[in-house]
Amino acid sequence: MTAALLAKGLDKRFGSLVVAGGISFELPVGERCALIGPNGAGKTTLINLLTGMLTPDAGEIVLNGEDISRAPPARRVRKGLARTFQINSLFPKLNPLEATTLAVCERRGETGDFLGRLAARRDAVDEAYDILKSLRLDGVCRRETRELAYGQQRLLEIALALATQPKVLLLDEPAAGVPKEDSGELFQVIDGLSRQLTLLFIEHDMDVVFRFASRILVMVGGRLLLEGTPAEIANDARVREVYLGSAGHG
Amino acid sequence: MIGNIIGVLYDGFAYGMLLFLLSVGMSVTLGMMNFVNLAHCAFAMIGGFVTVTLINNFGWPFLATLPAAFAAAAAVSVVFERILFRRFYRATDLDQCLLTIGVVFVSIAAAAYFFGTTQQPVRLPDWIRGVVAIGGHNFGVYRFFLIVVALAITGALIFGVEHTSFGARVRAAVDNQRMARGLGINVDRVFALTFALGSGLAGLGGALAIEVVGLDPQFAFTYLVYVLIVVSLGGMGSVGGAFAAAVLLGVSDTAGKYYMPQVSAFLIYVIVVALLMWRPLGLFGKRHA
Amino acid sequence: MSDASVPAKPPAEFLADGARWRWAEIAFWLAATLPYFVAQDYLQLAGQVLITGLFAMSLDLILGYAGVVSLGHAAFFGLGAYACGVASKWGWGEPITGLLIGGAFAGIVGYGASFIVSRFKGLALIMITLGLNQLVAEAANSAHGLTGGADGLQGVHTWDLLGYFHFDLYGVTAFWYILAVVFACFLLTRRMVHSPFGLALRGIRENSTRMVAIGAANRAHIRKAFVIAAFMAGVAGALLTETTETVSLETLSFQRSADVLVMLILGGVGQLYGGVVGAAIYMVARDRFSDVNPQYWYFWIGLLLIAVVVFLPNGIVGGLKKLGGYLGRAGR
Repeated sequence: MTAALLAKGLDKRFGSLVVAGGISFELPVGERCALIGPNGAGKTTLINLLTGMLTPDAGEIVLNGEDISRAPPARRVRKGLARTFQINSLFPKLNPLEATTLAVCERRGETGDFLGRLAARRDAVDEAYDILKSLRLDGVCRRETRELAYGQQRLLEIALALATQPKVLLLDEPAAGVPKEDSGELFQVIDGLSRQLTLLFIEHDMDVVFRFASRILVMVGGRLLLEGTPAEIANDARVREVYLGSAGHG
Repeated sequence: MIGNIIGVLYDGFAYGMLLFLLSVGMSVTLGMMNFVNLAHCAFAMIGGFVTVTLINNFGWPFLATLPAAFAAAAAVSVVFERILFRRFYRATDLDQCLLTIGVVFVSIAAAAYFFGTTQQPVRLPDWIRGVVAIGGHNFGVYRFFLIVVALAITGALIFGVEHTSFGARVRAAVDNQRMARGLGINVDRVFALTFALGSGLAGLGGALAIEVVGLDPQFAFTYLVYVLIVVSLGGMGSVGGAFAAAVLLGVSDTAGKYYMPQVSAFLIYVIVVALLMWRPLGLFGKRHA
Repeated sequence: MSDASVPAKPPAEFLADGARWRWAEIAFWLAATLPYFVAQDYLQLAGQVLITGLFAMSLDLILGYAGVVSLGHAAFFGLGAYACGVASKWGWGEPITGLLIGGAFAGIVGYGASFIVSRFKGLALIMITLGLNQLVAEAANSAHGLTGGADGLQGVHTWDLLGYFHFDLYGVTAFWYILAVVFACFLLTRRMVHSPFGLALRGIRENSTRMVAIGAANRAHIRKAFVIAAFMAGVAGALLTETTETVSLETLSFQRSADVLVMLILGGVGQLYGGVVGAAIYMVARDRFSDVNPQYWYFWIGLLLIAVVVFLPNGIVGGLKKLGGYLGRAGR
């Protein structure tokens, strides 16, 4: 069986600074994989490399058996690799329904239509609405995004990614900035996503990681330190030293 | 032919120095605050009119008017900066354009009201209007003066930016405004001073420009395009970049007009379009607007 | 709170609301016919305002909706004006096809330029569009045989509209013709703004990085918008040619590019009516003040621009909308 996402020997350096060194891993379909590591370990950089927002100096990225290493970012999305952003990157003056409909229309290749009415695209709008509803955003779907509560904006990040119907979804600290007591709820929602969807998420809260991840990647200094099941990671002395130790300060 | 080349290079370089004085302030302030000040040449125009008035109405010697031109432009600009522009640093680029274009319009009307719409007549001392022959080539003394002044200022600016603590603060603010604030730098004050300095230099440029390109109320508009070209080609926030771009523009404009008057306007814009397509951030730029 | 309410109608209806005609819009277009009834002496000015309004609206399509700042849009206005004028001079003066000739020529050149424009942003984009504008203007100046150069294009003759309505000296036919064409283009633009494509353009303006992250082909969208905007600018230019029966280099000057940008921002960017409203205020003010003294015009328009930025951050139309919102709430 082919992996949903495969990375082989990803390298990236800025001058003499290695931000990604020989990163290789494999995500089977349906995996819920957490990516952990101290600040500055290169976790977001890895997501940027996978999605094509940064170009790796070397290495290969394979999505469902297809080499996408050379594909521009937008094409990777259309092939089923979506992401969310650690710092909200939304459309401030569009409402969630418009924004999500936009993402649906882009996926369906309907945004080239400049003479048809948007409201006539009933299927697309319904689909967008259903996504918003599944994330409990239907009640605020007609407000401008910039007026939404922060937590709702975090959910909209996920809604936009889901609207692209990804096969692999990369979540960059989905609960960043969300109060600890609410982040559990957010991860409940994430956990409820389709089992066909492969997830890679960056998260600092170890309770959350151990509760929701089926596999964990540990990154330190631009390299993968190790990977394993939550139980293996929890008992690994190096991880305790490198990660859990330093996480105590942050 | 060779003689022509030397003469054209000489005149073009002098013209470039003028453009540099007019532009360098805008480049640095745009790089620092991302504030689009299209009224920059209106401040330059103030310098020009101060010089004209002091010479014609008060009989000041030309050289003595230059510091006055600098000071007047700097003072007026800082009043505008503190009272009006400051509120719009976070406004959109388009609002900033509209605001400062409004200032340009008003400045043109004001200049026309006080000085009339014609070219300003100004009589410079004879010693500076002369021509010196060296090795069979004639060199205008005024342009030599212009080059010396501009080079001295360039040297002082580069030294100041690289080696003084104020320069270090300016560099930090251009590089990363937020970080600079975090380090406890009073970016607003650094900016106000830089703004005044840049406008003062533009005022000096405006005063020095009278003899070369003339002065009328449309000056605030006419030279805006040239200044924008210098800023974009040089790269925002780069003193050296503005210098290189100004020399390039001055020499190619002069050479174009001399050798190929039919297509000289083509030449300039072909260079602008080609260079910016090759290097969208300018020759020495690091950052987008 | 509405937050908890379950929608009684399909969600698509939510998006239809924004596209519905409002009373203010109908009133606006009825008011646009007023010059014929109350100010016959100003029909020519009214026609010029409408043409410039159409031109500004075409710029709004790329600036207000896609966020692409162009300081060279007059190139397309002028290309349309010249294409239509040259066709007329060579013996084809039929007005409606003349518009299409002008629009198509500008659109084709715009298609070429769009490959450059869609790759840049910020100051570089502004200067590149300015540079391209100047190159086109210089080319038109040099091609004296074709364009008449600085003397302007002479010998343009527009046939009767639909073979029936003669373009009279008082400009009555011209006024109604211009109004009809501008209104038709407005309907097209309005339709476009509320189409899936229009939504994509707003997405690019709001956050082009996110657009990439939802798989959007930003450059293709921008290219398309640019071609449509160039086409409409060309139609506006052709309208000017047909109703004035001459073309001057001024039609594709940098000055015109800058003016239209100022008018659009003055009226309000990305609000559909900003271009027409901005053009009306700017041009009527210029007409009135210039009668007294050209310097007055500079002074007052300058103050107006400053005042608009200080008091109405979204331009005049934005300010009116806000006012309308207050009144609407107060009236309830």
